[in-house]
Amino acid sequence: MRTRPTPARQLLSGPRGLAGALALLVVGLCATRSARAALQIEITSGVRDPVPIAIVPFARAVPADGGLDVAEVVQHDLEGSGRFRALRRERMPAMPTRADQIAAAVWKSAGSDYVVVGRVSAMESGQLTVDFDLVNSLTGARLATQRFVGAPGALRNAAHRVSDVIYQKILGVRGAFATRIAYVAVDGSPPAQHYQLIVADADGANPHLLLESRFPLMSPSWSPDGQWLAYVSFETKHSGVYVQLVRSGERRQVSARAGVNGAPEWSPDGRKLALTLGGSGGNPDIYILDLASQDLTRLTDDPAIDTEPVWAPDGRSLYFTSDRAGSAQIYQTAAQPGAHPKRITFGGSYNARPRVSPDGSQLAMVTLDNGVYRIAVQDLASGTVHVLSHGRLDESPSFAPNGATLIYSEREGERGTLATVSTDGLTGLRLKAAQGEVREPAWGPFSP
Amino acid sequence: MTEKASMRRVIVVLLVAASLALGACAAKRPKAAPPAAPSADEGVQGSGASSASAAAGADEEAAGPQAGLLATKLVYFDFDSSEIKGTGTDVVAAHAKYLAAHSETRVRLEGHTDERGSREYNIGLGERRAQAVRRALLLQGAADAQISTVSYGEERPAVPGHDEAAWAKNRRVEIVYLTQPLPPKQ
Repeated sequence: MRTRPTPARQLLSGPRGLAGALALLVVGLCATRSARAALQIEITSGVRDPVPIAIVPFARAVPADGGLDVAEVVQHDLEGSGRFRALRRERMPAMPTRADQIAAAVWKSAGSDYVVVGRVSAMESGQLTVDFDLVNSLTGARLATQRFVGAPGALRNAAHRVSDVIYQKILGVRGAFATRIAYVAVDGSPPAQHYQLIVADADGANPHLLLESRFPLMSPSWSPDGQWLAYVSFETKHSGVYVQLVRSGERRQVSARAGVNGAPEWSPDGRKLALTLGGSGGNPDIYILDLASQDLTRLTDDPAIDTEPVWAPDGRSLYFTSDRAGSAQIYQTAAQPGAHPKRITFGGSYNARPRVSPDGSQLAMVTLDNGVYRIAVQDLASGTVHVLSHGRLDESPSFAPNGATLIYSEREGERGTLATVSTDGLTGLRLKAAQGEVREPAWGPFSP
Repeated sequence: MTEKASMRRVIVVLLVAASLALGACAAKRPKAAPPAAPSADEGVQGSGASSASAAAGADEEAAGPQAGLLATKLVYFDFDSSEIKGTGTDVVAAHAKYLAAHSETRVRLEGHTDERGSREYNIGLGERRAQAVRRALLLQGAADAQISTVSYGEERPAVPGHDEAAWAKNRRVEIVYLTQPLPPKQ
């Protein structure tokens, strides 16, 4: 374990410190195996009143920590959320590493409402411990004290978990920094393109190549336990739906029927996939595939294009896109055959690719807004719609498991990039590939 | 949950996460190996897991007939439409006539869209276009067994670019002739 190469490299460039300022984070590769550079982050908009916080450099465990600066990872997580503004290191009045070394008044005059201190230490076993304290510098109260233990390769993940705790203690919402995203990366010019399915940390670090093909890969969907991805591959020159274990790479084909096989979405209990099947007659409808029994249940039967199914969190109904009324709109149907779909979206001529917030209260979608495609969120109880994004070809929204943020893909100039936006529309950032195009992000579940 | 209990849980989780992270780094990367000859991307590692590609060898592409309108194997469409129009009508008629006269010949109709709109919806739209060409071929004498369809939606654009000129070239059905003939009729 200790002989492993540096688990992650981290470089910083560009001015940082204020939410809203351009921040660049170039993060490292997964050991030596990754073929692909990590995504770069830039903050595109931030809230007006971010929480001022000081994240003091942690005591290091050199060389076991592989050079990873835990406080820097935490700072990027919190600033990237748009909710926090971190005190620059050169302006810190002191460099404590334990809560009892913190003189609260000094930090209060430095303008920080909260102070985070911590230390990384190596254990005899070769594992690392990360201890940290979160202190309110206005009251001097200690809000959190926690220890994480893991292999050196998990140090970055531990840093994200520190961020999760701080976010929750201060904002009252569970953080989603220690989660993962899946996305499709495409290199090369049409018609000779190269497709990759990639899993990375939510901040774009640790990209891991899951599958590559000269034929399109699309529509990644996480299983609720985060162990599997379902996706569509055209590797046989015909569409097929596959499921693959993220950890081992083991995969199997679950549908390669005549016509379209597309849009797989895992049921909340993890036992079924909703998907689109076209049949030899070429009419896409929504089906449910039981993964254990292979039993197929047809949910819709309409000459229109019915596709892009997604489950409500209670598993009792699904939302999907259909052009049965002449243009693409979103409908809801019970998760059993013979139900009558109910139309959900009424604003505008094009609403598609629904995703449901984790609490079931909101629908994210792609909407045609004055000639451009943008991400919108509809409150399901009131029907109110808010357009959240600002691009021309924004698509593929996916909720973070805490419901606070959406990740989606956009086109910036000639390239497809990923972007996030808070569901209140106030905070955004962009994740760019060093080369080529990235798209179809799917935000994974909370780790158990 | 008490803080202590939650901390213990977090520690267990971290251990699992650590082993997962290591496993992920070491894991082989399956490659959805295409059936064609080795290409520049063959150097990547990982090979398992691609039984699905084995059957695709039967669908090798052929140049197909070249005389007159038959040299054109593209049918273009308007935005969000699957109506065959203009020269597309003549192109489809020529291929229908050829297929009717060469009953062992097989084609694959590949439906495509431009990049606007959601990706899976575009798969549906590309399929609708491929089916429109299929029906036109059948009506004009081709046999069902000669024709297969696939929709790539917006996933395989013919040309790069993000303006109407590029979009018009990408909204298409490609008529792809295949090398493997139909088995002779009994």
